[in-house]
Order: sequence, then C-alpha cells, then structure tokens
Amino acid sequence: MIQKNRIEGGQIDRSATFKFTFDGKRYEGHAGDTLASALLANGVRLMGRSFKYHRPRGPLTAGSEEPNALVHLRVGARQEPNTRATTAELFHGLVATSQNRVGSLSFDLLAVNDRLSNFLTAGFYYKTFMWPKAFWERVYEPIIRRAAGLGALSLEDDPDVYDKGYLHCDLLVIGAGPAGLMAALTAARNGADVILADEDFRMGGRLNAETFAIDDASGADWATATVAELATLPNVRLMPRTTVIGAFDHGTYGAVERVSDHIATPLEGKPRQILWRIYTQKTVLAAGAIERPIAFNNNDRPGIMTASALRTYANRFGVAVGHRTAIFTNNDDGHRTAADLHAKGIKVIVIDPRPEAPRAMDYEVLAGAQVTDTMGRLGLTFAQVRLADGTERTIECGALGVSGGWNPNVHMTCHQRGRPVWNGELAAFVPAILPAGMTVAGAAMGDLSTAGALTGGARAARAALGLKGREAKMPIAEDAPVNITPFWYVEGASRAWLDQQNDVTVKDVKLSHQEGFRSVEHLKRYTTLGMATDQGKTSNMGGLAIMAELAGKTIPEVGTTMFRPPYTPVAIGALAGRHRGQDFHPKRLTPSHAWAQEQGAVFVEVGNWMRAQWFPRAGETTWRESVDREVLATRGSVGVCDVTTLGKIDVQGADAADFLNKIYCNGFAKLNVGKVRYGLMLREDGIAMDDGTAARLAEDHFVVTTTTANALPVYRHMEFVRQCLVPDMDVQLISTTEAWAQYAVAGPNARRVLEQIVDQDIGNDTFPFMACAEITVCGGLRARLFRISFSGELAYEIAVPTAYGDALIRRIMEAGAEFDITPYGTEALGVMRMEKGHAAGNELNGTTTAANLGMGRMVSTTKDSIGAVLSRREGLNKPDDLRAVGLKPVNPADKTPAGAHLMAATGPVDAAHDQGYVTSACYSPSLGHHIALAFLKDGDNRMGETMRLVSPLMGVDVAVEICSPHFVDPEGERLRA
Amino acid sequence: MIIDHPLLGPRDSSEFTYMGDARLLERPDPEGADAAAAFYEYAYLRDNPAGWHRELWFHEAGDRSWLVVTRNTMTHEISCVELARDVARAQRQSK
Repeated sequence: MIQKNRIEGGQIDRSATFKFTFDGKRYEGHAGDTLASALLANGVRLMGRSFKYHRPRGPLTAGSEEPNALVHLRVGARQEPNTRATTAELFHGLVATSQNRVGSLSFDLLAVNDRLSNFLTAGFYYKTFMWPKAFWERVYEPIIRRAAGLGALSLEDDPDVYDKGYLHCDLLVIGAGPAGLMAALTAARNGADVILADEDFRMGGRLNAETFAIDDASGADWATATVAELATLPNVRLMPRTTVIGAFDHGTYGAVERVSDHIATPLEGKPRQILWRIYTQKTVLAAGAIERPIAFNNNDRPGIMTASALRTYANRFGVAVGHRTAIFTNNDDGHRTAADLHAKGIKVIVIDPRPEAPRAMDYEVLAGAQVTDTMGRLGLTFAQVRLADGTERTIECGALGVSGGWNPNVHMTCHQRGRPVWNGELAAFVPAILPAGMTVAGAAMGDLSTAGALTGGARAARAALGLKGREAKMPIAEDAPVNITPFWYVEGASRAWLDQQNDVTVKDVKLSHQEGFRSVEHLKRYTTLGMATDQGKTSNMGGLAIMAELAGKTIPEVGTTMFRPPYTPVAIGALAGRHRGQDFHPKRLTPSHAWAQEQGAVFVEVGNWMRAQWFPRAGETTWRESVDREVLATRGSVGVCDVTTLGKIDVQGADAADFLNKIYCNGFAKLNVGKVRYGLMLREDGIAMDDGTAARLAEDHFVVTTTTANALPVYRHMEFVRQCLVPDMDVQLISTTEAWAQYAVAGPNARRVLEQIVDQDIGNDTFPFMACAEITVCGGLRARLFRISFSGELAYEIAVPTAYGDALIRRIMEAGAEFDITPYGTEALGVMRMEKGHAAGNELNGTTTAANLGMGRMVSTTKDSIGAVLSRREGLNKPDDLRAVGLKPVNPADKTPAGAHLMAATGPVDAAHDQGYVTSACYSPSLGHHIALAFLKDGDNRMGETMRLVSPLMGVDVAVEICSPHFVDPEGERLRA
Repeated sequence: MIIDHPLLGPRDSSEFTYMGDARLLERPDPEGADAAAAFYEYAYLRDNPAGWHRELWFHEAGDRSWLVVTRNTMTHEISCVELARDVARAQRQSK
C-alpha cells in the first residue's frame, strides 16, 4: 500500500486520487487532503529544515498557525515560498519542494549549525559580527543571508491576476466552527445579511477534527447540514478559503479569498486571490483556540506535534502519524486525543505530569510523569520519560502529541488597541476590550466545550443584532469542563524549543532575561521569539510564562506582545490587486497624444500626464539636437506645444475678483475684462506656492491656470479658502483642466498662423499682449484665446473643448506649414523659459519667497492675501537674502549644472561659505553657451561679479559671471510685437 | 475609517484628503495690532492631542466639501461631522 499511514474514516474523498510530488518524489493523496496530511499518509514526516540550526522538522500543527512545515509550492513563475503544507489544499499535479537546505532535505550541509548551537544563541549576530567593521557588508551579511531565511522567490513576474472587492453586511461571522455556524444560522434565520468567512476549505472548524456528537449526528455531519442550510438562504454569503486578516476602523474588515489556490492554475478570467474590504454593522468573532505545546529537550523532531493536530489528522484526514503514539498533556483535552486515537486502533500511551491525571482508560497513563528527551535523527523514534518515582523509561513511538492547554484565538480582538486579560481557570488569555461592534463567541472567548460554543454563538448573534424573544433550543452536545494544571516546560531542559520557526529555545529566553531584557516586546526583538510567518501563534505563551517565572511575576503582569494585522501572511499581489505594471497609477493622455505619437515624439511622465518631451527628426542622434532645433525654429519662425496639462480652474461669481485678491499676493480687482494677469500664490507662511495666470473673461468670470504638478493641491487650497476662510463670498470653483485642449503657438509668425484659424481679428491693436477673449475658430467652434507667452516670443494660447483637441493640432500644423511650424516638447519649453528668466517648479521649490524670486514688490500691501502677513516677517527680509539671478560661464564651453553652489571667486569652498545655488540650467541655443538660473545672496547687487560654481558631487568647478536672468529679449519687445 | 458626510452619508476615508487641526478656520485678523504674532501661531503652532480632535478633511474624490470632523485620535471614533463652511459662518456670526 502506497499510503501506508492512511486509516479508515475522515472527510476525504477516497474516490478522487491526486498525484503530487515533494522534492521530486511521487506520492498520492485524496481530494480533501492538505499537502501535510497527504505526506503524513505516505509516511513522510520530515518536511523542512529550521531557520537557524537547520534541524529536521515536520508539521507541528494541522492549521494556519504552523511554524515548521513551510514549502515552496508550484514551480516557475507561480512558485510561492513559505507556503504552509498544513493549509495547502492538495490538487492533482501539485509540486512542492522543501526549502532552507543546502544539499538534500535529509542531509543538509548547514545542519552543522546545530552542532555550533552553543555559539548561535540569542543576540549572536549582534555580538559576533562587530569586527572588522568593513566585513559586515562584504562578508558576514551575504553569508548570513544565504544561511538563514526561509523560502526563495522565483524572481519571475507573477502571471496571476489579483482582484479587490467590497462587501457590505449586517453581520460578519469570522470562523465556521460550532460557534460561528450557530451565530450565522441564528442571524440568517432572523433575516440579517450575513457573511460567514472561514480560512479553511471545509467549513465546520474543530467539528471536522473531533468525534463528539451534536444531537444524534456526528459534529462533522451537523456542520455539513448546517452549511447546507445556510447555502440555501439568499441573505447568507458563505466564504470558505477566506481569511479575515484584520479588524480595522468603523466595522471595516480585510479578508483574503483564495479563489484559485486549490487548483493548479486559475481558471480563464478568474483571479488567484481577492482582497475583500468588508463593511459590516456587527461582527461575531468565532476564531476558535490554538493548542500550545510544552517545551522539553528535542521537542522539535518530525513526528512531535500538538495533540489536537494528531487527532485532526486521524479524524478528519484518516491518517495515523505513527502507529505507536505517545501523548504528553497537562490537561484533560489531551486525553480526548488519546481516546480518539485508541478508538482508531492506534497504540497509545499518555504521559501526564499531573499526579491526579485521569486513569480510568483502557490504555496506559503515566501520571506524574514528564517527557525529558526524544531520539531519532530525521524523525521521532523514542521518547525518554521520567516517571513519578524518578525512574526513567524509554517509549518507542513514531508520533508524540503534546498539549499544554488551549489559547483562545484573541488576535483579531486586539487590532484596535485591545489587550486580552488572564483567565486562571483556563491558564490562558481571553478577550477583554473589543473593537466596536464585535462580540466573541466559542473557544475564542474561552468557552471550550461544544455546547458552550453553540450557545455562545447563538447568543453573540442575538446580542449583535439586538434580537428579542425566546432563544431557540440548542442541540445537545458535550459540555466538559476545562481541567488544566499549567505546565510550560520540563525542568532542566536546555535544547527545548519554544519557537520552532525562529529556533528560539528555553535557554535563549533565559539568556535574554540574564542580559537585561525585561519588556516582553524587547524579548521578542532580541530572541526573535514570535516573529516571522506564524507570529508566534504556538510559541508566545511559553515564552511569556518563562519570562514571568524568571522575573518573579505573574503572566498577566508580563503581558502579551501586540497583535497586529494581518492574521496570516498575505501575498503582496493581493494587496496590489490590479495596480501593477502599467496600471500602477493612472496614465493621462493629452488631446494631442495620438498626433504626437505619429510624429515620433519622445514622452515624459509629468504628474501622471504623458507629455511630448521632444520630437526627434531623421538624422538627429541626440536629444540636444532635437531640442536646440525646436528652440531655434520657434524663435526664428513659429512653434506649437500642447499645454493642456496646466491646471485650469474656473472661478465664477459676483465676488470672483475679491476671491482672487485673497489667493494671489498681487491685485486682481482692477483687472479689466478681456485681460490676463500673472499671479503668484503664497502659502500662509509667506513661501511661494504656485504661479500662473488669471484671465478675466467677464466681470464675474475668471480662468485661473496652475502649474501641471500643482493643479490638484492649488484647487484644494482654493476650495479651502473659499469654504473655510471666506464662506460668505459669492464665488464658485470648478476644475476644467480636462475640459479644454490648449496649445501654445509661439514665435514671430504665430499671429500669421492663427489668423488662418480664428474667426476674428487678432491684430496687435485689437488683441494686444495679455489680451484674452472667448472666440470661435474654424467657422464657429467655441474657443478661448489668451495672448500670453512663456517663451518670450509673440505667443498665444488657444483652447478648444477637449474633443476637438486632436483636430485643432492638425489644423494648426496645416496652417503653419508655410512657416515651417515646429512642434516642440517640454525640453524646448524649459529652455525657452530659462532663456527668458521665468521661474518654474525648480525655483518655486517650497523654500523661496516672492522676494527671493525677485517679485517682492508684487506682494500688495494695500489688501490682505494669503501669506501676505508672514511674508513681511523679519526672518524672510534680511539684507543678504537670496535673489534670483542668471549665470553664464566665463569660459563659454563650461557647463553650469543645477545643484551646483556659488562660492566667492577666491576663498574657501565649504558649506560655511556658500553663497547660493543653481536651480535650473540648460544649453541655450539662442546664445550658444550654457546658462543657469540661480539664487544668490544679495544677488540684485552683484551683477557682473565673477564667482566660482562648484559641485564636488559632479566634479564641477568653473568660473561664472552673475547676470540678469532675462537672457533673451530683456525689454520684452518680441512678445509685444 | 468611515466619515458620515452631512450631505452624502457614510463615505470611506480613502475618498478624503486630510489637512489637520480645524483651528485653521480661525484665521487671524490681518489688520490686528498683534497680527504678526497671531499669524505665526496660526501657521505654525498646532495641538496634537491624544483624544478628541477637530480636524479638516477634504472630500477630494467626492463633492469637494471641506468637512470639520471631530475624531478621537486614540480610537478613531468620530462623534461629529460638519460642513466646514457652516462652521466658518457660525464662527463669523458669533464674533
């Protein structure tokens, strides 16, 4: 027989046989198996190597709290590391490999670490790899990283799709054990919208793993019938394979549904997983309890697991982990496991340290005895037991079930700052302060009997929904009391594992205490107890208990570490959902995008917009060639540029002009209709925020423009001023950035081009510099025309409704053909504004004032505006404040890069003698050399001075001359032409 | 978190942008004798209470209302949500 440890019974489908491989070896299992149960059925106990010492390990549990049996699941791009074999649902063709080994799983070369364990104790890395310092990055860290750690990433792109979804309900029930099922049933029968989520693929929780009856059916059959009834109700959503990962604010819960992890690859069109955001009025947490182990020497061998895991494998999966089995328990629940296994024909012996252990069994019970050690290199063969009378006995066994009691699963109750309280009767923490809207039922609340869970679930649902009237009659179920004597570790044990995932032993916790770590949070960080994928679900309590004993405190005095979401690890893909690659953030396309693509434009991303950066032509080999040509062609004849991305905010209302007076530091109230004015906005602290233009289209109608990057923050700011600071003004705002396609047409021939497009006279007299108007183009299409110039040339910006943007750019190109009109991108735009000395984002960098920018006189003193008061404070108005200046290199061949700093021509070069810095720099094709815009101390009074421009980072050290920032046409004759 | 918008009902906090202390509504009088000092306090000094806090949220992905939300910074409990414009008007009238 292939599955040599398979026994009768269980909820597996023996008619469906799945073939799978582990480390290349072929096995068979059944539908309903987990990878761990199928391997155990085949007699495979060794499933991994431990984190630090590379000790052989098998599963400790049969659930999501598993610390040991972590494997690589699948191969290639779908390979997932650190997958718990205890929850991985078996499917046909599953491929799993063990991880964290050098060599084979049964002969791991790094197992030598186990022999060096005396040196590799807690804090080993901190203490050892101190010297020589340079060795850390080059030698120690790479070796440690290779030796330690868990699984490996495939380093390929994840081929699967992940979705996000949103659900609403009256009652969310977390966990589908007896309490959760009864809560869901009670709520659903009373008409509430219910979501029942369970991490397992089979609902029923521990009912599937136990042999108790409910009424006259088995617990598992009762669960199946209850789930079937719930499935027929339209107001219930059953979500198996769904882990609720966190309790967030205001009844919001996160949940990961594993839609496709139980099949080899997702079905066509289906996601692998869905991250749900569940909005619920009330929640019943029925997350059950987790059995905790006892620490003793070599308690980590494959074959040693929690007692409940042994009975789960036997009852639910039909697997006898060992045909001779020992149970080491300090409580009566361990004896249930023994009874269940005994009933399955497995030879059982119970070791119970309590002198008064129950003995009336038909199997052997060693009362007052303790397991002191175990044997077996790759799996358990013998347990060493010290009997009540002090004599030793060696017991042959292939499985050893350990029960140190049960910890109610309080995790989710603590996500909103709650901390659990100690219950001495259970020797465990139970929930206390709960997130708003949550009630806890069943074992999670400390009601460990089946009857307690059923009653608790029904009551929790009734309380949550405020149901009145008589309680329904509960089914009859076992109601045994908890009987436990706390017992955490066997005295004298040295290599006794508390945290098997992180290889933390009792000795490590003692060492940590000895070295002065008194806080439980410090213990965790120093020893790594309770870290990594299982977050100490099986190990924390043991560590706390030992810490309390050493400190002479009680366990509640020591307290627990914080529980944080997620409850179990979540794939990054699920958190990202569809937001990855091209879809990581939205991509905004300008109205001329298709046309620009046809021209072969090179694009750059600006605030999610894709803007043409330059338009290369045949024969041009560098971007500079294209940009220089675009600049010279624009200044020589005419160029066109898409400026749609600039923010456009429509301001309307009787108080529109007063409103602009408030947000701009300069005055707008007297601006005539049909005119545009440059405006500078300050923050309330007096620093420049953004600049742009405001065009007055009517007495009560302005169009404000912002820089591309600040379109959103400026709009937000203007709404803040409107609603919060001037709530009585009659003014309305709306962003129209996307509503209008806008092009700058610049150059001496700009008017001649536009005259062919617009329907009215735009001569210099009727439409002078800074004019604006609502016009029509192309024989009737509504449009807006602004005579404004960023380039310094005769220029217009023309806007049409976005739908006509593509048509307009093509019409402009046609009309401009006779002037050899040249499309230009953001680089040429930037070069021309630097040649003209216009400030942009580099200058409005969040540290500069109007005065720094050379616009100090713009800040009106005759009216109040945002930032005006603080712009006048002393600290921002010192004699040697920075002023905007231009720079040109003394040697025309030198570059003057942005980021370089200005120093006196002679004198030290250091931060203490810093005089200023370059904000923007470019090669000016109009002048034939590099130019720069800079801030310089007292810059206004230093024109003509020769200074040293240095950048140690870039190896720059050149002589520069301070000059006006207006390199081209300083008198502004061109733009008024 | 869920913010119960006075006009739109409960909305997820991801639709909002946060700005902080609602005392930003109380912009000092720029003509006042102590304007410089008052604006310094207004621009720079904020309380950061552990407990109840009135703060400004902007419904950026919604109706663009600025709201004054009274939120407990320890528990995220929200006790009151008002339109900032109503609050600002009420403050003016009470002056």
